[in-house]
Amino acid sequence: MIPVDAGFIALVDAAPLVMAREMGFAEEEGVDLRLHRQASWSMMRDRLAVGHLQAAQMLAPVPVAMSMGLGGLPMPLDATMLLSVNGTVIGVSPRLATRMRERGVGNDIMAAGRIGESLVAVAGERLRVGVPFPFSMHAELLYYWLGSLGLRAPEGLEVRTVPPPMMADAMGTGEIDAFCVGEPWGSIAVERGVAELVLPGCAIWRFAPEKVLAMTRAMIERDADMTRRLMRACWRAGRWLSDPAHHMTAAEILGRPAYLDLSAEIIERALSGRLVISRAGEERAAPRFIEFHRGLAQFPWRSQALWIATRIAARMGLDREEAARVARDCFRADLYRANLGPIGADMPGASEKLEGALSAETPVASSTGRLFLGPDGFFDGLIFDPAAH
Amino acid sequence: MATRLRIAVVERDRERAHQVVDALSDAGDYEISVIGDETGLARKLGALDPDLVLIDVANPSRDMLEELALASSPLDRPVAMFVDRTDDSLTAQAIEAGMSAYVVDGLHKERIKPIVDAAMARFAMVSRMRRELEATKAALAERKTIDRAKGLLMAARGIGEEEAYALLRKTAMDQGRKIGEVAAALVTAADLLK
Repeated sequence: MIPVDAGFIALVDAAPLVMAREMGFAEEEGVDLRLHRQASWSMMRDRLAVGHLQAAQMLAPVPVAMSMGLGGLPMPLDATMLLSVNGTVIGVSPRLATRMRERGVGNDIMAAGRIGESLVAVAGERLRVGVPFPFSMHAELLYYWLGSLGLRAPEGLEVRTVPPPMMADAMGTGEIDAFCVGEPWGSIAVERGVAELVLPGCAIWRFAPEKVLAMTRAMIERDADMTRRLMRACWRAGRWLSDPAHHMTAAEILGRPAYLDLSAEIIERALSGRLVISRAGEERAAPRFIEFHRGLAQFPWRSQALWIATRIAARMGLDREEAARVARDCFRADLYRANLGPIGADMPGASEKLEGALSAETPVASSTGRLFLGPDGFFDGLIFDPAAH
Repeated sequence: MATRLRIAVVERDRERAHQVVDALSDAGDYEISVIGDETGLARKLGALDPDLVLIDVANPSRDMLEELALASSPLDRPVAMFVDRTDDSLTAQAIEAGMSAYVVDGLHKERIKPIVDAAMARFAMVSRMRRELEATKAALAERKTIDRAKGLLMAARGIGEEEAYALLRKTAMDQGRKIGEVAAALVTAADLLK
């Protein structure tokens, strides 16, 4: 057995790593997968850099930001594959939620435009929103969503870093008015009566890359065999997770003390896409709330990295061309093809695509000819063309 | 840069914070501030403008420092960074010891090392004491359970204390479990049957 130390954060989307271990996918690959819960993303990143961890669950924008020389150690960190797509929620204080309802925001939780306009209208002078990390899809989705509705940072929008387990506390003390966070921490805030969920992240972008299996480029080069085995185990774990019949089992395992240490019921809400949005127990269905496998969810599209890079570059005043150039290389579509092709993973014809062009599930050319992509639209209907960057 | 280094210690636990401050005071003449409440951490640190921030690596609030590092001049160089990005072993040791340091660019390693060393040594000591205390507590709790299980066996089977203990030990060995676990199972079962 090859020992592999991998880090995870207590989130529902740690599931692929946890299931790779608990359901025996790692063992089948001859990998003794030892999972270490980390308290912060920065710690995870630094432990990867110094080699305490060989692999980690990581926010998709972190490898991109690091390749652009932003934040932390200047060391190439790669996304070998995606672990999950979507899975975040946006919640607001009960006070703001009431005022949004009074404006007649409606019951369609996927109506990002209408809900956003309503939030902007009741936000007051400045909306303070908590996100888990400066480089996260949470921050990117929020800037994209509210920015296109006219609420821009720093004038009208203040985005603050709040670690997920502390999000409910920050809402409780009134330090923030709203948040975008990965499950189950939004549901925890609802349970504690300090927030109502108004929008799932997937309503902003139907197919947003969320977590990646990150490794340093040096580690990937040094141990190609281990990398291949680990990727295969995670890929199979993701496929296993995509079967709704496994949600209950997955929720039970994730709830264990070593992982999330929370009730399985709260965890299952995200897996099934049935969110309890308020203390009153109102439930909403969010289709494709989190994806681990379907629609090629594990493929690290270079166009996703480009989208992230151009967004970060624009916000921080960096050169977009240069950002696009370095970001492209850290989403390792090449590794995905080389390591997962032989075990039957579907391979798309290209490694870049238009982002946001598919409004429905669409058959596309692939190695097996049975591949469906999408929907992957942005709420405002814009299409991101990687060739333009 | 001022001659006296400004150090901020982010630590919720008062006792632990005191220990670190004491250690730092022994190590040199520094201006030390303790932040015990992490609410609005980035703002507080911004106001203090320290040369060095010490924070437990197990503290999730560490991610808030990333925001601070980006806030002032993200484009040319980071305001805060790891102890020494060229020296992996030092960084690794700092992480290993449960303490990491963020340092303003331009600060020399020779000046940081005694600070980090002192803080880490004290921190490790406090952590060790805590682990010992927890272990002692656990041992005490286990002993109580074993005593109760012995009592139950003595009453149910009419045997002596030593025999009861021997029975627990044999059962544990047969099942490949700890005596404490067997005792706890017996006590739980007895409670259910009441």
